[in-house]
Amino acid sequence: MTASEVAVRVKGVAKSFGGTRILNDITIDFYKGTVHALVGENGAGKSSVGKIIGGYYSADEGTLEIEGDTVTRFSPRDALKRGVAMIHQELQLVPELTVLQNVFLGQETNRAGVLVKGDLSRFKTLEQTCEFGLDPNAKVASLRIAERQKVEIMRAVAREANVIIMDEPTSSLTEDEADRLHGLIARLKSRGTTIIYVSHFLDHILSTCDRVTVMRDGEVIRTDAIAGETKQSLVDSMLGKASEISWPQLPPAPADSVPPIAEMREVATTSGLSNISLSIRPGEIVGLIGLVGAGRTEVGRALFGADRLLWGTYVLDGDVQKNLTIHQAVKKGVALVPEDRRKEGLVLSQTTRPNVSLASLEQISRMGVVNRRRERDRVAKMIDHFGIVPGKVDGEVAFYSGGNQQKVLLSKWAVERPKLLILDEPSRGVDIGARQRIHEFIVEMAAAGVGVLLISSELEEVINLSHRGYLMSEGQIFAQADCRELTVQDALKHIFRQQGQEKHPKEGIAV
Amino acid sequence: MSETHLPTSKRRSVNWIAVGDFARQYGVLIIIGALLIGLSFASENFLTARNLLNILNQSAPLAIIACALTLVIIGGGFDLSTGAIFGVASVSAGWLAINVDPYLAIVAGPVIGLMLGGINGMIITGFGVHSFLVTLATSLVYRGIAILITGGALIPVRIPEFSWLGRERIGMVNVAVIVLFVFMALMTFLLNHTTFGRKVFAVGGNEEAALLSGIRTKLIKIMTFCLSGGAAGLAGVISVSRISMAEPQAGVGMELEAIAAVILGGTSIMGGSGAVWRSVSGVLLIALIGNGFNILNVNPFFKDLTTGVIIVIAVALAASASRR
Repeated sequence: MTASEVAVRVKGVAKSFGGTRILNDITIDFYKGTVHALVGENGAGKSSVGKIIGGYYSADEGTLEIEGDTVTRFSPRDALKRGVAMIHQELQLVPELTVLQNVFLGQETNRAGVLVKGDLSRFKTLEQTCEFGLDPNAKVASLRIAERQKVEIMRAVAREANVIIMDEPTSSLTEDEADRLHGLIARLKSRGTTIIYVSHFLDHILSTCDRVTVMRDGEVIRTDAIAGETKQSLVDSMLGKASEISWPQLPPAPADSVPPIAEMREVATTSGLSNISLSIRPGEIVGLIGLVGAGRTEVGRALFGADRLLWGTYVLDGDVQKNLTIHQAVKKGVALVPEDRRKEGLVLSQTTRPNVSLASLEQISRMGVVNRRRERDRVAKMIDHFGIVPGKVDGEVAFYSGGNQQKVLLSKWAVERPKLLILDEPSRGVDIGARQRIHEFIVEMAAAGVGVLLISSELEEVINLSHRGYLMSEGQIFAQADCRELTVQDALKHIFRQQGQEKHPKEGIAV
Repeated sequence: MSETHLPTSKRRSVNWIAVGDFARQYGVLIIIGALLIGLSFASENFLTARNLLNILNQSAPLAIIACALTLVIIGGGFDLSTGAIFGVASVSAGWLAINVDPYLAIVAGPVIGLMLGGINGMIITGFGVHSFLVTLATSLVYRGIAILITGGALIPVRIPEFSWLGRERIGMVNVAVIVLFVFMALMTFLLNHTTFGRKVFAVGGNEEAALLSGIRTKLIKIMTFCLSGGAAGLAGVISVSRISMAEPQAGVGMELEAIAAVILGGTSIMGGSGAVWRSVSGVLLIALIGNGFNILNVNPFFKDLTTGVIIVIAVALAASASRR
């Protein structure tokens, strides 16, 4: 089998939604047995190309060829029959079923439609290829996002697809898990599987992929072999101008004498945290450093009144809190931008305007009646402030790109400046342009005297954007660090050493 | 190569999308318009102010329930107890009108309905049970209460101070129709111009997001059920005052008619989107079909059949819109 055999050919494809053209004259050849990256800012159209190949969208113009055959009226079902499987950015699993049932959904071992034993042994064979270490009998609803993503990947592998489209496969995986995924990709590739890899993580692309197509504004800019590419060369093509990957300058940290806006002393919660002691001062950016599952999100939720405290003291803005509710927390000026913006953040059935207003309706209303003109002005100001595209006050946020959805969500809390801002993975799944804007926003907030708690799986991001950081593992804070002196390598070393101590106290595993 | 082909296909597809969106958006109004025109040609008795006002007057109680039910459904809930609350309010108002005071009876109906709706809401949010199950159960309880109040008997209520609500006219327009319009305007205002309305949309559209925005989602849900119960109570009082008779079995099946009207109007059963005018249009559409059958003297068997088919078509259209 030669490397130049074309597995999927997209030729002259165009696609519009409600009069907006999102793809224009897309032509890409994906060769058999290669890992082909699609990169571009959010809204550049790379996910849409994936969805056309996976059968989720039909092209308005142009043709799609799978292994030399031109296909028309291509549904996800047809795609699967032809060996094309897609792993979505928004995962598509049945939460009430087990891992095993999800992996073999639609292709259970059966005799004339009656389920028979055999799935478990198939799962074990599959696990030898994937090495994910998932419990086949765990309910998907009980899994974290990262684990759900693994289930989704196993499902595609189980279907023995020739072409696997992965849309942001590593966005919720830790570095270690991402490495394992890349090992799996290498194994699949050696079997002749074609991988279409849509991602924002340029490091992963540079280390894993063979070829790369750069897209911008719904068009292909160029397709090249990955050899010879650098992060900078890809970013330049994506943005269409030379730019630098940089971190914004942090405002000076507040003095130690400044009383904290929020302080927790030896707090334990119903969500499994214990021994949490932390403080956040006005104007300070505090990072939570830890692996996925270390309990970072839970700390944010506890500060926001979303999870109950079992014991310990929580002082918010000078008052000791007992049984704080989210409603009270918001009234006291606490804001939380959650991890999963589509599930927990935005009301997708509504437009930008009500979404931005949702957390501060009292400020634009009198006796419960909303002042629409003030509301429009306020929303327009935020659209301007963040550079939200499309810039319509009543834009359909459900169809926005990830970066712009995130900006709408940030607007909700920025529109009335909070006192304590908790950001959970604020730049996950957004493009480079939006990411830089979000970073600037974090710094702006701190400069204006807001206390910021930053949670991110990207260690580089937390460390570079925070004044101070707390290191977390297994639901506990085990150390504090000055982020201006901490390096990613050191942070990782600390975290893994801590984990090793807890799990194998005698073996003392070193990293 | 596709130079000549491209512009025509593009223009055509854009137009179809626009037409399709318009039809889905205003489907109810289009069908109502078509029925109005068709029935005007079919019978000269149809397009008279008298007949049209009659249709409105007869549909007023159902339309009032549908208006408030819209808020429940937008908020992601479901209320199967409106018919039973209608019954409780009917007999309570009837009893109060005779034994205590007719004006108190008129006020008491909606208030009792509001409280029963509040009980629904508190059970739903307190125990975290789906509103469908809770209201199915409470509807049996409430119907039982209605029967207990009268001991199963009918209460004749022939008091002018009470029956004006359902029978009097101001000029040509029935009082009940005016009550309907005021109530409809009130619900529309609540939904579209108040913080409460915003919260209802948010709770139905994404409850988790609403909660994480500091909205007391349980309170909002309870309030929607209060409104729906209150509306059922008001509708019950109007109905008793109109027929001068309170009966415990009044309003049986009304909850389903109201739900059908809301869905027919195009409010999403999934919550998060919809409008009050849509539900009133749904009620009117069902009423027009009934009126048309009367005027044309067609076998009434076809009435339910036609109504059912139209509901199926409307729901299918709405579903095809959300799939796109």
